[in-house]
Amino acid sequence: MKKEPVRIKETPPEIRRGNFDEVVIGYSEEDAFQEALRCLQCKNPVCSTGCPIGIDIKKFIYYIQQKDYKAAYFTIRKTNNFPSICGRVCPAEYQCRKSCILTKKNLSFASEEAINIHFLERFVGDYGGNNNLSVPLEKEKRFSKIKVAVVGSGPAGLCCAGELARKGVEVDIFESLHKTGGVLRYGIPQFRLPRDVLDFEINYLKKLGVNFITNFIVGKTKSLKELFSEGYSSIFLGLGAGVPSFLGIKGENLCNIYSANEFLTRVNLMSAYRFPEFHTPVNIGKNVLVIGGGNTAIDAARVALRLQKLKGIPVGTTIVYRRTNVEMPARRLEIEHAREEGMKFEFLVQPKEFVGDDRSFVRKLICLKSRLGDPDSSGRRMPIVIRGSEFELECDLCVIAVGLKANQILTNVTPELKTDKYSDIIVNPESMETSVKGIFAGGDIVGGEGTVIEAMGMAKKAAASILQNS
Amino acid sequence: MKIISKKIIADYAGVRILKLTIEALEISRRARAGQFAVVMASEKGERIPLTVVDIDRCAGSIVLIFQEAGLTTKLLGQLNSGDNLYALVGPLGHPTQIEKYGKVILVGGGVGIAEMLPVARALKEAGNHITTILGARNKDMLILENELKDSSDLICIMTDDGSLGRKGFSTDMLDELLSKDKYDLVYSVGPIPMMKRTALACKKYDTKTLVSLNALMVDATGMCGCCRVSVSGKIKFSCVDGPDFDGSLVDWEELEKRNKVYSVQERHICNLSQAFNL
Repeated sequence: MKKEPVRIKETPPEIRRGNFDEVVIGYSEEDAFQEALRCLQCKNPVCSTGCPIGIDIKKFIYYIQQKDYKAAYFTIRKTNNFPSICGRVCPAEYQCRKSCILTKKNLSFASEEAINIHFLERFVGDYGGNNNLSVPLEKEKRFSKIKVAVVGSGPAGLCCAGELARKGVEVDIFESLHKTGGVLRYGIPQFRLPRDVLDFEINYLKKLGVNFITNFIVGKTKSLKELFSEGYSSIFLGLGAGVPSFLGIKGENLCNIYSANEFLTRVNLMSAYRFPEFHTPVNIGKNVLVIGGGNTAIDAARVALRLQKLKGIPVGTTIVYRRTNVEMPARRLEIEHAREEGMKFEFLVQPKEFVGDDRSFVRKLICLKSRLGDPDSSGRRMPIVIRGSEFELECDLCVIAVGLKANQILTNVTPELKTDKYSDIIVNPESMETSVKGIFAGGDIVGGEGTVIEAMGMAKKAAASILQNS
Repeated sequence: MKIISKKIIADYAGVRILKLTIEALEISRRARAGQFAVVMASEKGERIPLTVVDIDRCAGSIVLIFQEAGLTTKLLGQLNSGDNLYALVGPLGHPTQIEKYGKVILVGGGVGIAEMLPVARALKEAGNHITTILGARNKDMLILENELKDSSDLICIMTDDGSLGRKGFSTDMLDELLSKDKYDLVYSVGPIPMMKRTALACKKYDTKTLVSLNALMVDATGMCGCCRVSVSGKIKFSCVDGPDFDGSLVDWEELEKRNKVYSVQERHICNLSQAFNL
């Protein structure tokens, strides 16, 4: 008889709504063991083909079946530097789990029956962390005199730095904010990625000798040329996709309309949910609208819902998305969690105009209803606005989460760095080298918004090229 | 990030304007007139933008000047020489476009006068004829008069109560000057109502005007959009597209309202800080 998937333990919605603690508690050893036993250990495993960095999934699950968690950990660590992070934030249902043989054919995301690879990865990652398992260093003498600058301490930067430091390269990471971690800290809320998990990985890099320099904006504080002149032989740019897009509709600059980046940064990086102990404020309302359907939208909406609860306001947060549930690019688990927490959804809705009060605070959103048309270039069906379908949604706070563009602070002052029409940096896809010799790039600044693990994949490739060229 | 010296440059009825000289080697090397830095007074503090008023390249230091208004500026005001800021990053924003315009009027109000000083010096050095109008509540709150005299050909002082110079708004004087003569540029920094009136006067006399906006910011690197302003109907970020903009194109009302979006919290935290004797 086929075994049922092992359910992950989670904090009940009514409790977690009122705090920022991690929602998913994770697998116990027994849970992980039982879930691993469900793995068929396919002769020709296809799960790994769905992983952007090709983790040997079959093998690490095999070791869990043998209760050899140490071997499982080192199997993952061969390809993934941050299993505890990826196990928490990877959209596995679109990647490895979708490729799992147990997923039914022709689905846009994994079936429930697919092995919970991400939860197993997380279990193994946490096991490694809790037991201080560290990957043996492979320091090579020829790298010991090399100094590399990594720009940005997000997923790409951290991964690249780790890869290089392990080989004995001297690495300095430059971060513009006062804290490290990039989007892992300012963007992803701690109820999805607890700060101690992130800090553990960063501290590990520090132990490897990676030097973190915060409050330093490459392109402003110093130019790339200056960095080269200071003896860095290569530079890796993990700048991220930093600039929020807006809708371009009337009333968008009314008070209490936030970009998701601002809303999340205030809460996650600046701890505004603990105002006035922390001094950065954030507003909250009775009727919050979050526009968008990606992970950032869900994150912002779930943050809003928690702020409402903390303020004693009845939960009233709605996600407004122009397509339907199926096309939402967000992780399925997160959508489900949001629903359980009391999130409302308005699908097939196109925002048209914000209307404010006499103090210029937003009061309502005028919208149009849509229907789905033919698939666009992304393969998702395009929403088509229905004429004359105008209606209004009340709101006193709104968060816009409709995507991010490249931050051009560095590329604007470095014209020799070739960029595409989206201002993303162009690289050689094999080496991740930019148009400037010795400068490599990876993560969202290459090819636009992607996932943490895709960023890591690019960073690893870049690190390998840097080592090869050294 | 170490504070080298601290000086109270104005103090009236408990409102102080302070000058901090801070160790900041990299910023001192690169900062140009019109650029700013972001500071955090403490680990739990806010990130606030402050204009780099002066630099000493030999000493590797910069000067920041601010008026104690909210909690963050009060916390900054309590730091003493030898203390460290929690965070300091910069230089940010585009430098002011310095060139030989010809005849230039500078209009500075309140603590904005400090932000104008580096621009005044740079414009003077570029060979412009500078007329400076300084506006303050009263003579005690007027700052940097002597420094600006040095970089101006003419200087006019306006106070709200007439305790120094002429009584009235700096923009009254601006209107007077523009009505009599042709000027090539008006540059203005100060409270929003003043910059707004400056822009209006310049429009009336068809004179080019640049203003340095003081929108609320968080990261100040273009990441959050908190500081967005409408310029010519388009969204611009004060931090990375500015802080200088053509004053005639700015939606002043919107900026004024957006800058008050946290007034409730500001009052609350200031009351709390008073309770704790901060």
